[in-house]
Amino acid sequence: MLNIIKSGFFTTVQDTGRFGYRDKGVPVSGVMDSFSVSKVNTLLENDENSAVLEITMTGPTLEFEQETYIVLGGAEMSVTLNDITIENYKVYKVNAGDILTYGKLLKGFRAYLGIKDGFNTASVLGSRSYFKPITERDSIKKMSSLPYIECKLFSPKISKLKVDSVLDKTELEVYKGPEYKLLTDKQLAQLFYREFTVANENNRMAYQLNEVIEGNKVSMLTSATLPGTIQLTPAGKLIILMKDGQTTGGYPRILQLSDMAMSILAQKRSGNHISFKLR
Amino acid sequence: MSSFKISVRQFGVHAILVEWPNRVEESILDEILQFIQYLKKNQLDEKEWEFIPAYNSLTLICKDTVLDFDYLKPKIKEWYAIKGKIEPATRYLWRLPVCYDLEFGLDLEEISVELGLSVERITELHSQSIYTVYGIGFLPGFMYLGGVPEVLEVPRKSTPRPKVLKGSVGLAAKQTGIYPQDSPGGWNIIGKCPVPMFDVKKENPCFVQVGDKIQFYPISMAEYQLHKIEGEVGIYNLEKKVLDA
Repeated sequence: MLNIIKSGFFTTVQDTGRFGYRDKGVPVSGVMDSFSVSKVNTLLENDENSAVLEITMTGPTLEFEQETYIVLGGAEMSVTLNDITIENYKVYKVNAGDILTYGKLLKGFRAYLGIKDGFNTASVLGSRSYFKPITERDSIKKMSSLPYIECKLFSPKISKLKVDSVLDKTELEVYKGPEYKLLTDKQLAQLFYREFTVANENNRMAYQLNEVIEGNKVSMLTSATLPGTIQLTPAGKLIILMKDGQTTGGYPRILQLSDMAMSILAQKRSGNHISFKLR
Repeated sequence: MSSFKISVRQFGVHAILVEWPNRVEESILDEILQFIQYLKKNQLDEKEWEFIPAYNSLTLICKDTVLDFDYLKPKIKEWYAIKGKIEPATRYLWRLPVCYDLEFGLDLEEISVELGLSVERITELHSQSIYTVYGIGFLPGFMYLGGVPEVLEVPRKSTPRPKVLKGSVGLAAKQTGIYPQDSPGGWNIIGKCPVPMFDVKKENPCFVQVGDKIQFYPISMAEYQLHKIEGEVGIYNLEKKVLDA
């Protein structure tokens, strides 16, 4: 068991997501920055669907009850294992009774804690990803614990990885969305020749942007949306759907983020700047 | 041999969007459901693909693959042209109980004034109609229902409620539906349904599928309480009838 001494601001269990229930309105969920998590699970030689902790903004304090191996990734935070500072993308052995403490957020927004063979929490509709009310909890709570399987011996093939980090990138690669053709020259100029600022309204469901472009009055029938779909509202607001985003929507889907752009955006918080580049 | 012309578009790198004429129409929905059935049986492996129908569109998603659109776009048009007449998956008419008591129907008195109809007439009209499920989305198990009688069309509330309770039955413009969980919402609330629309404990967590039909029937407060308990322990019996039979 991993005991939660402090939960942090918003910490969840996530795997690659919940597939096969979108026709019933269930969002995919899963890790927001899948690029960073794939490196974490690779180092641990885990299955790519192994569940990790997604740690948002401020991190938890955790106590390990059994021996295992861990890898940190994603956002950079000052993290100590029994008072010794540890770094991202490096395999560490932990012993029973070890304490992992997250401190200051240094860069990015979402940090990940991977563990050998993944967290062994309950799988609901084929996924361990937290999403209330599909799962009982929306985030981990103080004084609770998360199960994992003890691992006494593991000799990693690679113990450290130099990762071309997503944290410094600000340019989001986009594809044309289904309603791209509705955009006027003026709207296109507004979209591609300026920077946007991430609004306070940003979470696992959607990111909004502060700047507006010219609105779109076209009414369309409700249709499917995907993680990474950028919707344009009649008031000209841009809403970027993320992993917990709803599965259908009625606003024009003007652009679609690439998978890498989703990971880059997942590391942004309110006030950060981004721009779009059409692929 | 279909009378509809479809358009096929790339949607990101893992999905493809097929669209029918931009109308709410049963015959379009029928075509979409038939096409899903054809694709599942003949072309696209259900284990790899997700099929999301809604009103006049079908989104096909293959999560792990970067799709080859140059190949797929003409293929989908070709498959649609040759699919012929095919039976869609079995569809059901579900009869769902609703308690229209004023304790649950928070906006009944207000819309009674707006519509110029008595509360009794509103609930009578609402429960006499048969609604078609044109899509499921917004929340897990939330149905987009079409078929609201014109005389019941009433605008959504000017200020949405921060919390509409699970099971609440809403009415707004041409739409009616059930909130499957507590949620903010702007629809007029006219009653409450004790049957859970989404239950993660069930193998099929949402018994309704797109293309099914829904009819509401009024129940008393005492019946509501009984069905509510049945719902909580998962032993409720749903009234259903096979359509297209």
